[in-house]
Parts: sequence; structure tokens; C-alpha cells
Amino acid sequence: MSAAPQLAQAPLACSEECLMRPGNTNCGGCGMSVGLTFLSRALKETGQTCQLVIPACCGIVTAGGYPTTGYSVPVLASTFASAAAFAAGAAAVRDLNGESHHVICWAGDGGTYDIGMATISAAAERNDNILYICYDNEIYGNTGGQRSSATPIGARTTTTPSGKIEGKKDIMAIMAAHRIPYAATLSIAHPDDFTRKMKTALAMTGFRFLLIHSPCPTGWKSEPGESIELVRLAVDAGLFPVYEVFDGWRYRINVRPRGGDVREYYRRQNRFPADAIDFDAVRAEIDRHNERLARLAQVFPAAE
Amino acid sequence: MTLELVTGNHAAGYALAAAGEANRFARGAACGIYPITPQTEIVEYVAKFPFSKGRVIAVESEHSAMGVSIGAAMAGARAFTASSSNGLAYMTENIMVAGFYRLPIVLAAVNRTLGPPWNIWADQGDTLYLRDFPCIQLYCETNQEVLDSTLLAFRLAEDRRILLPVMVIMDAFILSHTQTETDLPEQALVDEFLPPLSLPHRLNFDHPATIGGLTWPRETLSQRVEIDEAFERVPAAYEEHRAEFRRLLGRDPGGAISAEATEDAETVLVASGTIASTAREAVRQRRRRGERIGFVKMKMFRPFPGEALLQACPNARKFGVLDRDYAAGLGGVWWHDLRAALQGRRDGAIVQGYLTGVCGGDVTPDMIDEVIDDLLERRSAGKPVWKGIDR
Repeated sequence: MSAAPQLAQAPLACSEECLMRPGNTNCGGCGMSVGLTFLSRALKETGQTCQLVIPACCGIVTAGGYPTTGYSVPVLASTFASAAAFAAGAAAVRDLNGESHHVICWAGDGGTYDIGMATISAAAERNDNILYICYDNEIYGNTGGQRSSATPIGARTTTTPSGKIEGKKDIMAIMAAHRIPYAATLSIAHPDDFTRKMKTALAMTGFRFLLIHSPCPTGWKSEPGESIELVRLAVDAGLFPVYEVFDGWRYRINVRPRGGDVREYYRRQNRFPADAIDFDAVRAEIDRHNERLARLAQVFPAAE
Repeated sequence: MTLELVTGNHAAGYALAAAGEANRFARGAACGIYPITPQTEIVEYVAKFPFSKGRVIAVESEHSAMGVSIGAAMAGARAFTASSSNGLAYMTENIMVAGFYRLPIVLAAVNRTLGPPWNIWADQGDTLYLRDFPCIQLYCETNQEVLDSTLLAFRLAEDRRILLPVMVIMDAFILSHTQTETDLPEQALVDEFLPPLSLPHRLNFDHPATIGGLTWPRETLSQRVEIDEAFERVPAAYEEHRAEFRRLLGRDPGGAISAEATEDAETVLVASGTIASTAREAVRQRRRRGERIGFVKMKMFRPFPGEALLQACPNARKFGVLDRDYAAGLGGVWWHDLRAALQGRRDGAIVQGYLTGVCGGDVTPDMIDEVIDDLLERRSAGKPVWKGIDR
């Protein structure tokens, strides 16, 4: 009997060896799920493993109902504000015992930009040996879509029914101000760059911060099938700059905006009221932000 | 035996550090710490202790101090922290988590009046308000008792039949900042009393569970029932570890309650913390005058040792309870729990509450004498009586 034809290697997503196992109830088009798969791949390719600390967010719902778990690694659910503190304790004991696994916080923007801010700031200031990953879907997703300080200007949420008046908090500037070894923004539309930076973070010690632009069709009122396209548009238009910061002051732009039409990004999401966005103001803000980053990368370039 | 003049804070810090050090051949010790008057010297002591295998992380809030200790305990280390007053209030969410996660964390608590206003003096309200959480509470009367109870607390907390956090509690300044002669046991003795910690449910890769994720009502309920069963086992387990402490360290760390002259007493005065010292002496003087009054010191608050108290006071029909705390709209918490414990088991008993030294005021022998006079004359219980008010 001849050997069965070799099937193409199935992608890691949702396989038994993936961080995120089959059977989870995550929404279609969920950026967080893609992020977990990429994290899983980066860990596997570098031969590493991790424990996860997850505060209240979709990431803990991913685990499913007790006593089963959707994760293939040990997971500790933390109180909403405490992910970085729980992780600091677990990482300290890991280091005391000479163990090599990563302790990774996997948190949404609510637990990072808002309620967890003081805890994260303290862990970053102490340069605790943890990897903190924020999947930023710009909304309190679990609770049905309320504003967070990561919600962009103009977005309608259940607590900003007419659109948010304030702009999005620049958390990368905040984290860079802590002079942590590594901070980077990641887009699931740029998987090679995404994985490379995951691996960079996994190869370092100290407090590392990764920010993932994480589409949420439920909250963004967008088509699940367009999630990747949406975040690609955000990168192309310069709305989500893809860059990394070393030690808080050396910058590198990883993906240059290609002058994409920002209106298209807004038009495809029903969270943005069609007539309420001042696109001139949005573009001006995008230009200011990208120019600032470009200059930083020019004047204080990351070592090759 | 090494007798030294130390404060209650020093005694607590010494015991926490020695207990952490005793775990050096297992997964070590780690904790988060944050200062607040009047407990600050406890965390300072821990911060400067030269652990062989330990890590002390100075964090930005009490909430995170307990958070770090939870992470450390979940990773298998011996963990502890300390706080007071609004610090305990701020830490509350994670104290609750330590209990629900069945983590044997020891929390040294120095009773300070909750604010506002800004009042740093002794009041048990900051720990008694945590009464509904899965956390054993032990109240201390002397610096020696603080030290001994702290060591005992680790053994009790880490007992696999129990696995609950334990709070060891002392009065602000009266103990925390007052030096008294205290025996500081050598590390070797502490090592012997506290075997290496092995947490059965610590994070591990052989069994990668998600701890604390979505859990259905039925499963959550069974976890709560297990906590209830663990609390049921505390009195007996406490006595075992107390006996072992006596055997190894040659000293009695004290029972859940300590009764004096209660066998024949019809009237019993009940107190906790440092008020117990003053109250005990006042009762002794009355005994010498032939008055049939007894005294009970309450050390354990959770679980509430109502059964032990009833057994120790077989003839008591009148109880006076001294509370250095005030639960708004209710009265004293000890008084309230004692009333509940007596319900249907000592019918007709009079249980009268006295609010003494609330918000940090002095509780003098004269004040206790007034309380005893009032109690002896009573024919029925009334509203809790406020003491020490001048207006």
C-alpha cells in the first residue's frame, strides 16, 4: 500500500498544541484570537513556553467554563486591575527557582489603559521580568461595548452614544516614558513583523510591552471577514503606526504608512457615525503623530 | 531563648521573615509590600531581611501588594504581606481572591481607625469588616502573642485540610509601637515548626488549568461549600498546631478563646485585643471582692468560636461584650456575633454590647468598672452603650 499523500501542514491555529485550543467560543473575526495564535507560533518556534495571567477580558472567557480550559498552558485569572501584580509575584518565584518559562500578561485595553494603569506603571518602573501584551480592541468588549480610554475619537459606544469626544490615549508614549527595555505595536495584518517582534520580546528580559491592534467586529460593528483588512487600512492610513521602542528612547518604524484613505477605515465600521467625523482633524492628528515618530526614529534610531 | 525588647511590628516582621526563610529549601518566599501607618515597620523589617531564597517587591498600592503575594503563592512560594485601615480597605478585593483561591497567605494587620477623618489610632473596624471573606482572623493581646500567632498562622494556613489565608491582628500603637520583652525564636526552631510549603494547586505545566475563569453556579457553589467545610475544621486543626507549637517552642500561643473564672460565673465579660488585658484585671479585682463574674478573651474571630465560649461559660446568663469597633447602624461586631452564637442555645441570656475605645480612645480600668456595674445591675439587654463620649 502506498503512503497516503502528505497533506499540507495545518496551521497552528486551534490545534491541540496551540496556546488556544479548539472549542473556544470567540467571535468570528476576533483579532485577539489571531494574536494568541501568533503568540503560540512565536513560542513554539523559539522552543519556549509560558504561564498566562489574564484579568477580566475576552481572553479569560476564551478559557471556557470550569473545569475545562481553552488554553494549553497554566492560566491564572487576576482581578481586573492586578494582572501585572499577579504576574510580578509569579515571575519572582520563577526566577527564584531558576525556571525558564515566560510569565505573560494577556489583557484587553480596559485592563491596561484604564483600571490596570497604576499596576502596569509600577511593574514597568520596577522593570519586572514579565511580558505584558495588550490586545487593544478599543472598547470594553465583554460588557457589551463601553468606552475605554483606548476608544478613538468619534466612536459610538454604549456609553458614548453620540460618539466619543476625546481622543485615544497614547499608551506607547506612556510605556516608553518608563524606559522599559522594549515596547512595540503589532498589527495582525503584518504577520511577519508581528512574529518577529514577538520573538524579539521573548528573547529579552525585564518589562516588555506589546500592543496589538485587535479588531472586534461585535464592538466595531464591522464585518468579521474584513477584520484583517480593517487593521491593514489602519496601518496604511497611519492611524495605527507600527513601530518599536528600545529602552524608551530608541525608535524604529517597522511599517511605513502608505497614505491609505482613512475615510475607508471609518466607513467600514458602523461604530463611527458617517457624518460626525471631522476627517481634516483626524488627518491632521495622524500626520502630527507619524511625523513625531518619524523624527524620533531619525534622531534616536534603534541600533541595527 | 532570646529575649529582646521589641515592638509588635518588629515581632510580626520577625515572624513573617523567619517563616519565609524557613521555606528556603522549597520554593522560597515572595511578597508585595506597601507602607501605611501604623504597620510600616513590619514591611520595612521584611524588606531588609536577608532572605536566602526570597524576593520582596515594593509596589504602588495595597491592592498590588496582595496581588504580588497572590501571584507568588500561586507559583508555590510562602507569601505574606501587612496592612492597616484604609490600606486593608484598598486591598480588600485581593484579600477576597486569596481566600477564594485557597492560598495560605498570612496577612499581618494592625488595627487602625478607618478614615475619613485622618485618625491613626486603634479600632478593629478595619479587619472586622472583612468578616465575610474566606480568611481566618486571630486577634492578639501582647507582642509575644503576635509573634507566636504569626508562626502558628502559617502552619494553620498551609494545613491541607484548611488552605485559607490567616490574618494576625494587633492594636495600633498599644502593641505596634510599644516595646515589650519578647522571645524571638531561632531560625532552626522556626524551620522545624514550619515544614516546606507544597501548595497542591500551584501553577504547573503537568496540569495546565485555568484558575479563576468562568465557573458555573453549581461548581462555584461546591467551591464555597468546600470553604465552609475548611472553616469547620479550623478549631480542631488550630488545637493540633497549638499543641505542636507548645511542644517545640515551649510556650502556649493561646487558644481560640481564653476563659478565666467562668465555671461558676453568672456574669461574663468578653473582650479581645489589648482591651482584654485591662478587662481581665478589672474582673480579677471584682472576683477578689466576691462577685461571681468571669472573663473571656476572644482570640479567634473567624471562624467564630461560639461553641467554645458556651462550653467555657456553662452557668453564664449575662454577657457583656466590649467592642473596639462600630458597625454602622448595628453596634459592635463581636457583640452581634456573640448574640447570634447564643441564639436558641442559652435562652434568656442577656447579651449587652459596650462600645469602648472606638476610634482609638483609651479604655481605662475605671471605664471597665462602669461597664461591669452596668452589666451587674441589668435585668435586660438594651442598645449598645457608647463609652468615652463627652458631650
